[in-house]
Amino acid sequence: MANKADQHQTSLGRTVAKLGLAAAGMFAFGFLLVPLYDVFCEITGLNGKTGGRYEYTESDVIVDESRQVIVQFTASNNAGMSWEFRPMQSQITVHPGELVEVKYYARNPTGERMIAQAIPSVVPFKSADYLHKTECFCFTQQVLEAGEEVEMPLLFFVDRDLPKDVSKMTLSYTLFDVTQNFAGKGNTLSAN
Amino acid sequence: MLPTIKKTVNKLWSRAALAVLATMLPVLGLAAGMNMPEGVTEISRATHQLHMTIVWICVAIGVVVYGVLIFSLIKYRKSKGAVPATFHHSTKAEIIWTAIPFLILIGMAIPATKVLTQVYDASESELDILITGYQWRWQYRYLTEEGEEVAFFSNLSTPDEQIYNQVEKGENYLLEVDEPLVIPTNTKVRFLLTSADVIHSWWIPEFALKKDAIPGFINESWVKVEQPGVYRGQCTELCGQLHGFMPVVVNAVEPAEFEAWFAEKQAAAAAIAEMANQDWTLEQLVAEGQTVYTTFCVACHQANGQGLPPAFPALTGSPITTGPIEEHINIVLNGRPGTAMAAYGGLLNPVQLAAVITFERNALGNSVGDMVTPVEILQIQQAAE
Amino acid sequence: MATGHDDHHHGPAKGITRWLYTTNHKDIGSMYLWFSFAMFLLGGTFALVIRAELFQPGLQFVDPNFFNQMTTMHGLVMVFGAVMPAFVGLANWMIPLMIGAPDMALPRMNNWSFWILPFAFALLASTLFMEAGAPNFGWTFYAPLSTTYAPSTVTFFIFAIHIMGASSIMGAINIIATIQNLRAPGMTYMKMPLFVWTWLITAYLLIAVMPVLAGVVTMMLFDIHFGTSFFNAAGGGDPVLFQHVFWFFGHPEVYIMILPAFGVISEIVPTFSRKKLFGYDSMVYATSSIAFLSFIVWAHHMFTTGMPLAGELFFMYATMLIAVPTGVKVFNWVTTMFKGSITFETPMLFAIAFVVLFTCGGFTGLMLSIAPADFQYHDTYFVVAHFHYVLVPGAVFSIMAAVYYWLPKWTGNMYDENLGRLHFWLSFIGINILFFPQHFLGLAGMPRRIPDYALQFADFNMISSIGAFIFGFSQLLFLFIVIKTVKGGKKATAEVWEGSHGLEWTVPSPAPYHTFSTPPVVK
Repeated sequence: MANKADQHQTSLGRTVAKLGLAAAGMFAFGFLLVPLYDVFCEITGLNGKTGGRYEYTESDVIVDESRQVIVQFTASNNAGMSWEFRPMQSQITVHPGELVEVKYYARNPTGERMIAQAIPSVVPFKSADYLHKTECFCFTQQVLEAGEEVEMPLLFFVDRDLPKDVSKMTLSYTLFDVTQNFAGKGNTLSAN
Repeated sequence: MLPTIKKTVNKLWSRAALAVLATMLPVLGLAAGMNMPEGVTEISRATHQLHMTIVWICVAIGVVVYGVLIFSLIKYRKSKGAVPATFHHSTKAEIIWTAIPFLILIGMAIPATKVLTQVYDASESELDILITGYQWRWQYRYLTEEGEEVAFFSNLSTPDEQIYNQVEKGENYLLEVDEPLVIPTNTKVRFLLTSADVIHSWWIPEFALKKDAIPGFINESWVKVEQPGVYRGQCTELCGQLHGFMPVVVNAVEPAEFEAWFAEKQAAAAAIAEMANQDWTLEQLVAEGQTVYTTFCVACHQANGQGLPPAFPALTGSPITTGPIEEHINIVLNGRPGTAMAAYGGLLNPVQLAAVITFERNALGNSVGDMVTPVEILQIQQAAE
Repeated sequence: MATGHDDHHHGPAKGITRWLYTTNHKDIGSMYLWFSFAMFLLGGTFALVIRAELFQPGLQFVDPNFFNQMTTMHGLVMVFGAVMPAFVGLANWMIPLMIGAPDMALPRMNNWSFWILPFAFALLASTLFMEAGAPNFGWTFYAPLSTTYAPSTVTFFIFAIHIMGASSIMGAINIIATIQNLRAPGMTYMKMPLFVWTWLITAYLLIAVMPVLAGVVTMMLFDIHFGTSFFNAAGGGDPVLFQHVFWFFGHPEVYIMILPAFGVISEIVPTFSRKKLFGYDSMVYATSSIAFLSFIVWAHHMFTTGMPLAGELFFMYATMLIAVPTGVKVFNWVTTMFKGSITFETPMLFAIAFVVLFTCGGFTGLMLSIAPADFQYHDTYFVVAHFHYVLVPGAVFSIMAAVYYWLPKWTGNMYDENLGRLHFWLSFIGINILFFPQHFLGLAGMPRRIPDYALQFADFNMISSIGAFIFGFSQLLFLFIVIKTVKGGKKATAEVWEGSHGLEWTVPSPAPYHTFSTPPVVK
């Protein structure tokens, strides 16, 4: 009898341990969803997320003269961001594979040194994966002294595999004030 | 005696209830045309049709299921001497009622997929408009090849007196704005949506168009309106205190009329610069500032300037509005990081900025007596260089 | 070991310590049920504040910010305070009795999982009295409204959620351990009563998703206090990610609130039809498929966030599929009644209303699954009507049905049948007047979570508010009936109902403090 009760206790203990582990595992899984989601976004272009700096090879930039795509640029400020921020050209027409440079303008009208981060987003979503940025002001934070202005370059090309039904894409940047996030360590940043 | 009365009462209860229900459902359904609108676009009509089809499929299934249920409840009562059967399983029946719903679902999925594919095709647009959600107003920017020459805010225009029941409510109560979005009819208009703060959602039922505006990201959708008219909707994603008070109003006009309106807006934008250079008196600025304050500031700082502390400080007697004017201008233009106070320097024109600052110093119980002119605001904005 | 201990303690301890220190599944079950009823009244009060404000257009009683606090607190209290603890209470009381176990497998943990709950809700409710006010970002607490733009009390909310989650997870572990280890000899899985089956599946769902909820509020906590950017676009995060993680929890959560209800109805309908449940096996399989599907449909709550077309289609198709197993359940219940010998005691009235009105909620659910149509329904009163049809005449009616069904077993007294029926009819009529018009409000264009509305919505809102007050005040009658039954009444037999079936009806009424100290043998 006692033996049976012991057996019972061990099997109960095992059940509880397994379930406890499962719960802990699901807690970890909740956090795992974050990188999983990023991978998912990169693959599907969800939310128009674009990849980081694109390392291109010669074969990437063979120009497809037979096709033209309009790339439209917009700029928005998040609430509380006082910079003047706008694209210096509203749109351009490019051939897929053609490496082009455009510029955004920013000015800090306040009396304080400020740090900003630009966040890109592309529509249509299915085209986000085909817009390759080789150089972008959004790769780093922007630091502007009081009253300072800057022209910020963006180098990109459109992939030749861009789906055929896409004739116009919009690249949008939203500017966020991140000065407070970098309070005290702003010196390590460089403006470009 | 008593039990019989109780029984009668019970019967009356159930009959009354059934009668109420039986009459209520169809009456409600028919009442006042409270249904999804057919709308004024190809998509909205297709959506409406999809909706009605599913409703009728559900009604048909409901008639069968409820029919069998009600039949059983009447026929197989113990009080009527029903003797229970003993069956409790039938593979055949179970396969049938798994398979039939499955087929019905496929029948629904096909048209739904078609409509959805159409909704997602925003290519080949003739006009692009960037819609930005703010707490608690919409901003519309027309994107042309030359840039953004026309941009404006669209604010709720229903007066507080109506909301607080002091005067009779108007016909378009809570669904009216100071400046509606204007678009041409029979033109594919593409909307880009984003937000400057929290998530909002832009909805016009008659376009069957609802899309979230998400801070940091853009979404796209499109519309091709067939009939001129004024179409009204609301923000549909909880976005804070005044979520219920940020309507969407779209005025669809004939293309020619749109061209004229657009040219006028372009001219008006140029005129602002001239207005800034006029001579403004303190009284003029305070009068103008009242309008700006009512539109952009009252939500937080309240009509009487008392604010809603601690989140939204009072302006009456505040060290900002009664202290040095430079600091006051700085906060209005550049906002206050980490708080709800936005940077209005880029949102309002110099006239509005000068007016609202002067108003705040000389109204709401303050009487500092100083003022700032639109020209000075322009200089401050440029001097920073 | 357990039996030896029991020989010396036949009855409960006296006074408050009985409740504080109890490890008895019946005591803990009762406490869960009373707690849940208290929360039901609290959440109901919040709902009545909402409906009072919406009685007429214009702002009358509360300011918009307080209104948002009310919608948020109503949702949180009803979901986490009323519905979930009520089902845990029923599980505590009934699972050991139904499987022939002497108690829950982990009695001390059981005591803990209950006693941390009141603290969680005290923490949450205390925010109402703080200067910054209660959480005002909706029970779905979408970022960044709940992070960057939240009132400072959001931290209290996060800790309250953590405690509720811990309570639910401990409860779920206990239930699974009990069902796996303490079944009476001969009680195989496919002989378990359906209430036990549905709870077993629910418990697994809880273990799978409550930790994810804990994860998402932890991420919020980090974003708010430690400068991370999970949901903040400025730091490379994404507010839409919040919605994905939240609904990964949220959709199974919906089934956590309805699967035990399916179990209750599957117990009651056969009893009062005096006929065995039709399609027991398919009921088990249908419940399992619903649980499985609940993990792959979450983004149907997010059709308007702008997912890629392929994503929209996948989640639309997966969601539509749920109609199949749900349909099987409804057909099985109806077929159980077909050719039965039916009587209409209060539990059966609630159960029939469940079948009818839950099916209504199912229909609107099917409509909502159609993505292009959902663009019109999303975040309107149509959705409010849909989920209230599933949760109130669904989950809540099933809880009331369960209370009337098992109350004689718990107290040894029969409840007053006439009052019970009166309570049913008032609730049934009230609920339909309350929620049916909301379908039309939504279709005609009224968004949810707004404190004031355009004039064309006035009539239906007024009707809806009247229904709310009928339904709300009828629940005081429920309280009265239960207290009256606890205090006395006609003595109940062990079987209680003519058509009753299962182990719980083999013990005397009221069920003794300790039951099945020697396991019964199931043939």
